[in-house]
Amino acid sequence: MNTMTSAPARQIVVVGNGMVGARFAGEAARLDPAGERAHITVVGQESEPAYNRVLLSGIVADDYTPDQIRLPVPDTPGVTIRTGTAATAIDTQQHTLALDDGTHLTYDELVLATGARASFPPITGVAHPDGTPGEGVTALRDLADCQRLLSLVRPGAPVVVLGGGVLGLEAARGLTSRGARVSVVESSPWIMRRQIDKPAAKILGRLYGELGVTVHSWRVASRWIPGTGLELDDGRILPGDVLVVTAGVRGNIELAQSAGIETDHGIVIDDHLSTSDPRVHAIGDCAQHPGGGAGLVQPGWEQAAVLAKRLIGTDPSAAYRGSTPVTRLKAEGIELTSFGTVHEDDDHPDLDTVTVSDPHGGRYAKLVVRDERVVGAVLLGFPEAAATVSQLHDTGAPVPADRLALVQGLPTAAPQDDPADSGESLVCRCNAVTRTDIEQAWLDGARDREAVACSTRATTGCGGCVRDVNALLADLNSANPAPTG
Amino acid sequence: MTQAPSTRTHCPYCALQCAMHLQPADDGTLTARPADFPTNRGGLCRKGWTSAEVLTVPDRLTRPLMRKDRNADLVEVDWNTALDHIAERLLTLRAESGPDTVSVFGSGGLTNEKSYALGKFARLALGTSQIDYNGRFCMSSAAAGSVKAFGLDRGMPFPLTDVGTCEVVLLAGANPAETMPPMMGHLSAPTLIVIDPRRSATAQAALAGGGMHLAPRPGTDLALALGLLHAAHIGGHTDRDYVAARTTGFDHTWEHAAAWWPERTEQVTGVPATQIRAAADLLGQAAAHRSAYILTGRGTEQHSKGTDTVSAWINLALALGLPGRQGSGYGCITGQGNGQGGREHGQKADQLPGYRKIDDPAARAHVAGVWGVDPDTLPGPGRSAFELLDALGDGGGPRAMLLFGSNPVVSAPDTDRVRARIASLDFLVAADFVLSETAAMADVVLPTAQWAEESGTMTNLEGRILRRSRATAPPAGVRTDLEILSALATRLGQPAQRFPTDPDTVLAELGRASSGGVADYSGATPQRLDDGEALYWPVRADSAPTPRLFLDSFAHPDGRARFHSVEHRPPAEDTDPDYPLLATTGRLMGHYQSGAQTRRVDELTAAEPDAYVEVHPDTAARAGLTHGQWARLTSRRGHTRARVRLTPTARLDTVFVPFHYAGEQSANNLTNPALDPTSRMPEFKVAAVRLEPDPAP
Repeated sequence: MNTMTSAPARQIVVVGNGMVGARFAGEAARLDPAGERAHITVVGQESEPAYNRVLLSGIVADDYTPDQIRLPVPDTPGVTIRTGTAATAIDTQQHTLALDDGTHLTYDELVLATGARASFPPITGVAHPDGTPGEGVTALRDLADCQRLLSLVRPGAPVVVLGGGVLGLEAARGLTSRGARVSVVESSPWIMRRQIDKPAAKILGRLYGELGVTVHSWRVASRWIPGTGLELDDGRILPGDVLVVTAGVRGNIELAQSAGIETDHGIVIDDHLSTSDPRVHAIGDCAQHPGGGAGLVQPGWEQAAVLAKRLIGTDPSAAYRGSTPVTRLKAEGIELTSFGTVHEDDDHPDLDTVTVSDPHGGRYAKLVVRDERVVGAVLLGFPEAAATVSQLHDTGAPVPADRLALVQGLPTAAPQDDPADSGESLVCRCNAVTRTDIEQAWLDGARDREAVACSTRATTGCGGCVRDVNALLADLNSANPAPTG
Repeated sequence: MTQAPSTRTHCPYCALQCAMHLQPADDGTLTARPADFPTNRGGLCRKGWTSAEVLTVPDRLTRPLMRKDRNADLVEVDWNTALDHIAERLLTLRAESGPDTVSVFGSGGLTNEKSYALGKFARLALGTSQIDYNGRFCMSSAAAGSVKAFGLDRGMPFPLTDVGTCEVVLLAGANPAETMPPMMGHLSAPTLIVIDPRRSATAQAALAGGGMHLAPRPGTDLALALGLLHAAHIGGHTDRDYVAARTTGFDHTWEHAAAWWPERTEQVTGVPATQIRAAADLLGQAAAHRSAYILTGRGTEQHSKGTDTVSAWINLALALGLPGRQGSGYGCITGQGNGQGGREHGQKADQLPGYRKIDDPAARAHVAGVWGVDPDTLPGPGRSAFELLDALGDGGGPRAMLLFGSNPVVSAPDTDRVRARIASLDFLVAADFVLSETAAMADVVLPTAQWAEESGTMTNLEGRILRRSRATAPPAGVRTDLEILSALATRLGQPAQRFPTDPDTVLAELGRASSGGVADYSGATPQRLDDGEALYWPVRADSAPTPRLFLDSFAHPDGRARFHSVEHRPPAEDTDPDYPLLATTGRLMGHYQSGAQTRRVDELTAAEPDAYVEVHPDTAARAGLTHGQWARLTSRRGHTRARVRLTPTARLDTVFVPFHYAGEQSANNLTNPALDPTSRMPEFKVAAVRLEPDPAP
């Protein structure tokens, strides 16, 4: 027991009880289980407990139920969670945070994990003037959006997804599982424009087509007509009872902005995850780090872990230096992994690129290598290779010599000087018994397996060679009938 | 002339405890051949077939050895001289530094009687709290995980034969095809799912039988177990009625597993998401028929998060409704011959006989009553194995150690450090039958009898108590461990009757001491053992043994099994540019533990004469190495020499080294002594290393 007088716990206030804010609280609780170093208050606007937003498309697909995607709540004395409470203003001079119930929280450190919201493109009918979604329109950003979508979707009815990025494509796949007829509209030249190259997108589009999803790339929508569908710039109308808008997000930066904290697209942070105010930190989708990485959960969780170490003081020098996250499409029946540099010209002098294209088989692989390291990949329909390649990328390990075997997920060809090849093949590995040994035993009179086992020990280990030994004996016995008597 | 009668006994090596006959030749030397028994089904591996050769190795010790001081050579002395010297030195050191200055290090290879007597000797004759054993390096994570979940730890709480009739077995970090081949007879019918970074012999058997091999990056098994729980639950395989009726804590556990969707699990483990889903479905479908087992081995347990990893596997088993039902379950595959019994009778730092806790006043009162002493005279809990080894001598802890049946300078992690600590002791005594690497450092070496030269009981991996029979007399001049303990105890002032030398007398006392405890042996009498009764503990006097535990309720007071929420964390050290590969360690078919026995059998040594490193051809080529060359592996702690063995199925980032070799070929020169916070298990299975050509020719 520490009898020294210790300083009172510091107050850390977290704004946002989403995936990243809750993760920060969890990491901090793990580092400081008794809450001796810091007391953490998490303020969340939603009345729901924190949940795993990454799996919302799984709810759309009916793979998950809402109660299955809840995030763990730290059960420690050092953490308080206040749901249904919004932060309204930061006073960086007084170190206080104003809440919408009229109260204030005082902080030593403030963590902004306010996330992002769906951005509705300026298309007639998509959004009301106050920014709320139009009739028959929904985003897919939170559980309420998800519930709204599912209340609108009926089996057999048409749905339009506006935005052919990862979330849009996952939603489209999930909606087909619920029996919807889905169209996807993407304003870029191809779907998943940021993550994959055009040939991959073409094959991915074909795969979606086979699932009954029509993909319209490089098409701009001009009007949402409730009850009818989405009108495109070429005058076509895609039928739709529902419009799902997955066309990008905007960081929730207003709270920081009005407190005079530096913002750009997001709240500007450095490698210490601090904003222009050193007592205010930002992590996750609301934050903008020079290394990029917003939009996926992995960088947000990495940031939460680093900031927890810094603020709890277990590793005050911890730093976040950006990350190149791996994109993994979660769509049943489609295996797509991509990361890093995939858009460079194939004849770029520093890059070696392996490309395998198999439109008929619905497969495509691109492996981009610089200085023997994987710097980018698109793997569509190569699930076994994807795991290996993305780990090579994460660890910075050099690529194997046979790069084609790598993308195909095959083991490297066996070396010429095979170690096991000592000229004699083992029949019983456990007891190192060769074919010759068994033949000799037969010559010495062993006619059945028991007798062979007695003289050679074959089959007495794992027993995996019983069949082989029996077959060998059958051959020997039939070729040379045992003398009778 | 008729053949001399053979003796039926059990193998000296692993926890499968295969039955064997020892047949004497005319000159009295013994030959082993398999005997029929449920666990080995008439099989034996190479180690078993050749086991009797160890009885007559040329360097067998038959006279005590002693050195005058640290710089002198060991010379032969008579028993009285050796024992008097030991007693005098121990009493002197104790007078100078207190009773905890003398420590004891035991083994999972000792019989139940010896384990019990060693614990009693430490607490009464030495009065020390400083006793632990090498089983800490084997079973402690699985034991801790089982106690948390079920309230009791018996490696397999069911007979091994039950496993052979099920549909699917998941083996996490276990390689029985290499380490206990006859066990594979029970695994030939079920479809296997093998979790191992290597394409091990068992993984190959799984694939050949239509099963699966999942190869996670070393140190990520916990994430994989969470991912499998996630996939199983989302796949609809959770047995909700069982979870509601027989367990607590699922919801909280799920919240942690919910963060391990298969694609995220893939990224951390390197196991493809499709394989994770397929394995969860395969296991889940068998679980729906109550026909699946999850078994863990050292590969998943010997980590600084081994206990949590075991909890994660048990959570998966509980979600699927496997434990506590006939035909399904969770078990760990105990490794050392008496790894089970050795962890039950008091040679662990925190334990008294019967799997009782040494800080439990009722346990202390009971055991003190059997021993005829005041409970207050019993020491409290001491240091765990690695902490004990690391505290020796200039580590600030005990100044003396008595070593029984263990070779820690080969088998402990970070051997350079352990060797230095042991070398800094004022006084080391080793009881062994050959001059093992550790015994060679001792001040006094006492020659002991081997397994076939004395009788006793062992508890196998199923928790079944077995009779080990004496087949021959020890060589002249050799004493049994029980005789040694008795002789020392009397010299340390104990009444002679307190330390009997007859194993059956000790077993009877062990029965009384364990009576009423978790591992109750009071019904394990010589008569019942000789009658061949299958004595699975708990076995109380005049009552039936317990082949299957938990069928009605688990051992927690509320009768329920407990989910224990766990979170993945990375290994204690990861790769970096200086140490870009992960080394994992393990066993070979032809060798046992530190190799002190098996390296002395010509046939086994000829099969695997040197340490080797299993490495992917590309990884070897990058290091400038080809097949058969000598390589040097270097970690942050030390380096080792091994011949390159090219293995195309190896992970690019992982090398494998067997740990049976000593000195410059010792794999444990590399390993990381980062300890599990609960079990104090070192991280044998993950060390960051680099691979280079060996500079020596």
